[in-house]
Amino acid sequence: MGIGIVSAAYIAASVLFILSLGGLSNQESAKRAVWYGIVGMAIAVFATVFGPGVQNMALILLAVAAGAFAGQHVAGRVQMTEMPQLVAALHSFVGLAAVFIGLNADIMLTSIVAMREGGIDMAAADLTGFGESLWKKDAVEISILKVEVFLGIFIGAVTFTGSVVAFGKLAGKVDGKPAKLPGGHMLNLTALIASLILGLIYMNGAGIWTMVLVTLIAGFIGWHLIMGIGGADMPVVVSMLNSYSGWAAAAIGFTLGNDLLIVTGALVGSSGAILSYIMCRAMNRSFISVILGGFGGTTGPAMEVEGEMVAIEAEGVAQALDEAGSIIIIPGYGMAVAQAQQSVSELTKRLRARGKEVRFAIHPVAGRLPGHMNVLLAEAKVPYDIVLEMDEINADFPETDVAIVIGSNDIVNPAAQDDPNSPIAGMPVLECWKAGQVFVSKRGQGTGYSGIENPLFFKENTRMFYGDAKASLDKLLGLMT
Amino acid sequence: MIIGALKETFEGEARVAMTPDSARELAKLGHSCLIETGAGAGAGFSDKAYKEAGVDIKRTANSLMKAADVIVRVRPPSEDEIAAMPKGKTLISFFYPGQNEALLAAANKKDTAVIAMDMVPRISRAQKMDALSSMANIAGYRAVIEAGNNFGRFFTGQVTAAGKVPPAKVLIVGAGVAGLAAIGTSTSLGAITYAFDVRPEVAEQIESMGAEFVFLDFEETQADGAATGGYAAPSSPEFREKQLEKFRELAPDIDIVITTALIPGRDAPVLWTADMVAAMKPGSVIVDLAAERGGNCELTQADARIVTDNGVVIIGYTDFPSRMAAQSSSLYANNIRHMLSDLTPEKDGVIQHDMEDDVIRGATAAYAGEITFPPPPPKVQAIAVQTKETKPAPTPEELRAAEAAAFRQATKNQVTMLGAGALVMLLIGAYAPASFMQHFIVFALACFVGFQVIWNVSHALHTPLMAVTNAISGIVILGALLQIGSGNWLVVLLSLVSVLIATINIVGGFMVTRRMLAMFQKS
Repeated sequence: MGIGIVSAAYIAASVLFILSLGGLSNQESAKRAVWYGIVGMAIAVFATVFGPGVQNMALILLAVAAGAFAGQHVAGRVQMTEMPQLVAALHSFVGLAAVFIGLNADIMLTSIVAMREGGIDMAAADLTGFGESLWKKDAVEISILKVEVFLGIFIGAVTFTGSVVAFGKLAGKVDGKPAKLPGGHMLNLTALIASLILGLIYMNGAGIWTMVLVTLIAGFIGWHLIMGIGGADMPVVVSMLNSYSGWAAAAIGFTLGNDLLIVTGALVGSSGAILSYIMCRAMNRSFISVILGGFGGTTGPAMEVEGEMVAIEAEGVAQALDEAGSIIIIPGYGMAVAQAQQSVSELTKRLRARGKEVRFAIHPVAGRLPGHMNVLLAEAKVPYDIVLEMDEINADFPETDVAIVIGSNDIVNPAAQDDPNSPIAGMPVLECWKAGQVFVSKRGQGTGYSGIENPLFFKENTRMFYGDAKASLDKLLGLMT
Repeated sequence: MIIGALKETFEGEARVAMTPDSARELAKLGHSCLIETGAGAGAGFSDKAYKEAGVDIKRTANSLMKAADVIVRVRPPSEDEIAAMPKGKTLISFFYPGQNEALLAAANKKDTAVIAMDMVPRISRAQKMDALSSMANIAGYRAVIEAGNNFGRFFTGQVTAAGKVPPAKVLIVGAGVAGLAAIGTSTSLGAITYAFDVRPEVAEQIESMGAEFVFLDFEETQADGAATGGYAAPSSPEFREKQLEKFRELAPDIDIVITTALIPGRDAPVLWTADMVAAMKPGSVIVDLAAERGGNCELTQADARIVTDNGVVIIGYTDFPSRMAAQSSSLYANNIRHMLSDLTPEKDGVIQHDMEDDVIRGATAAYAGEITFPPPPPKVQAIAVQTKETKPAPTPEELRAAEAAAFRQATKNQVTMLGAGALVMLLIGAYAPASFMQHFIVFALACFVGFQVIWNVSHALHTPLMAVTNAISGIVILGALLQIGSGNWLVVLLSLVSVLIATINIVGGFMVTRRMLAMFQKS
């Protein structure tokens, strides 16, 4: 296959990738769009493998077969509640691959420059496609290449360790609480400056050891940065790492002079950046404050919470649901933890069978991944047209008889509106307390991930339905035959 | 701990302090329960029902008191009963320590810890054990029923074939818990209901229950109820005069009067004088819920139903809750149960009498050999002081101006961004070689396309979006594929690993996306 055909294939692949992202604007076209992506990827890989200058076909086949088998195995078995972990793990792969490819580029560059200076003819050197393009580079292009290699390795390493930590936190293998080494962000800053200096040394002709050091330092930054971010901020972290993995791919694309890599990397990078922005806006916090970890400092004492939490048993909830005409369910991470989505779905089905209007209100940052709740509800066969976004449903609470909060906390916290001193002041929240009655399914009396007291639980129309979400809902279902 | 409920000894008292249901709940707190035989009979709970709830039946009060650690009952015990009680027990009941000082002293001598259910402070947290409120609620309801029983006509107005029936007019004086309950019952029976209270802030509550607030044209402002724990304070003579004048005006028109006015620690104020009774129509009914404390009506006789010369029935019963013993017992038993659950914070059946707790401290009249009545004022204020906050709504002009300003700001931001972007591009273009710029154009355009496309992605599909971007960022496989042919073994090895993990990304990402998208179904 000539270089022209390969380029044509790359254009086709780019277009297909764009279509596959654009198709996600609604649920039906998304089902088609994912095929665009698959076909685009197949074209790209096929064209590259059979394009000029690719060797070691047997090894490629072996690696692809093994990778495909592993990928298919994981994708087929993963639970929908484990999606955040899976996404984080996949990000780390992209990061690691970017680091390896960057290091490879430097190794090849060194050997080719050595060969060129040794006076060997290009044809005699038996080079791969990438090798040939390296051979042709002049001095300025080589220094640009070095910058690109540096960027690719740096971003890749941050993505890799950051994603590994995010994976650990999401999978519960690492403590979800923010943890920082003494020195905090100064340590990160120092590490950043150190890697910049190493990068400069590398530009001036130092060997691959500088890049290995950069890998280690950047890896430390990624690890330390994500360790310092609490569980409630995970949606931002995951989408930020998504963005980084894209930028890493784009940097590698520059290194290799491959436009398809650049395009795809840029698409993924901007997609992650927008998701992070949406998540931050949904929490009314700046991106910087999320990344630097912890909530912004409060400006004064929090408002006194009046009243008390009143508990209710399943019988009471069942009766209230029986009398209600319209119901809104607000799921949160607690539902995912308790694997309660099937029970929620069953409850929805039974309530709808009795002619009640049941809808779901999804806050943008509910769960640990953007859109996490939607996927869980979809898995449990809750029809997506009754699952609404915050902006669509917030105005309907006053006309709603019963709101059921299942495992969410900060996203239904009225302090965000009432208490200017609250750490989440100004964050848009679901105004469920305006409903006739609110039931909160919650494990215990604690304050949840962010440690912020929630006045909702003390409101007069709120009843606390304590217990594991799944166990409570199953008990409720038992009473609703 | 062992909780024992005594049979009430007061003549005519049918209530009981423990029901089979409350006993089951107490068992969940780790307590075991005893009851004196026949204690629930008056309220319709047989010994058998208690036995089924796991309660042991004791034949006599004495054997029960000996066995139990905590003794619960409704009415205060008599002095003889205190004398019969073993030392060192905990007693939970109505006690009225203010009026029963001798009784309290006697109980204290026996080292009895006395928790007076009538002394539970009126704070939100303690509402669930506020037995006065739950009993007042029943009394209010029953007062209307009792009035209806003695009233010769319908409550609701009707037009029948046999003729027109006017609706009854009911006046309720004092809109506390009992008053509001009476309003609710009366309006739901169809009567035209008026209500009066000296606290102006309850007008809203009265109207929300469907009654008409009797407005008094008077300048002096009454003390905010919040300052007196939500109870009424005595009013000035001028105010009282005005109030009586209003009642006198209403009296000939009203068919049923229910008075519930009480001021804490005082005799009931006389609000319905003899001349008002005389002005009422024959057949009218007055139910005086304050009879126990002298009555709001001048002619009330406690525990009696009297008929005046002009045919007005005046009911002065003081045992309304006891007349609905099944209901009042279950509510009272729940109040007691909540009190015990606060006393057993660990749910392990061990009572921790925490004198630092506002509610427990407030209700405790004697503890550890000392009389602890009267309690200090609670730390938490009963009812939040009303604050008013008004924000004038923006006018259309202001809204338009704000919109225009926002638009200008957005334009400015966008132009600034574009300008800065162009500058950066120019700078890069000035120094970077042409081969780089070619790729850079592609990069910038791809970012731009990405931003445009991603904004349209539905929020619900953010997780599939991440999975699909994961899959396509597996495109780094191309880099590895281009390098794998190198002669250097290290390069080959690293590329091999990269191809492997990038493939996992591609295959895993796409497959999981497909799985997710297939799940989204329309109803």
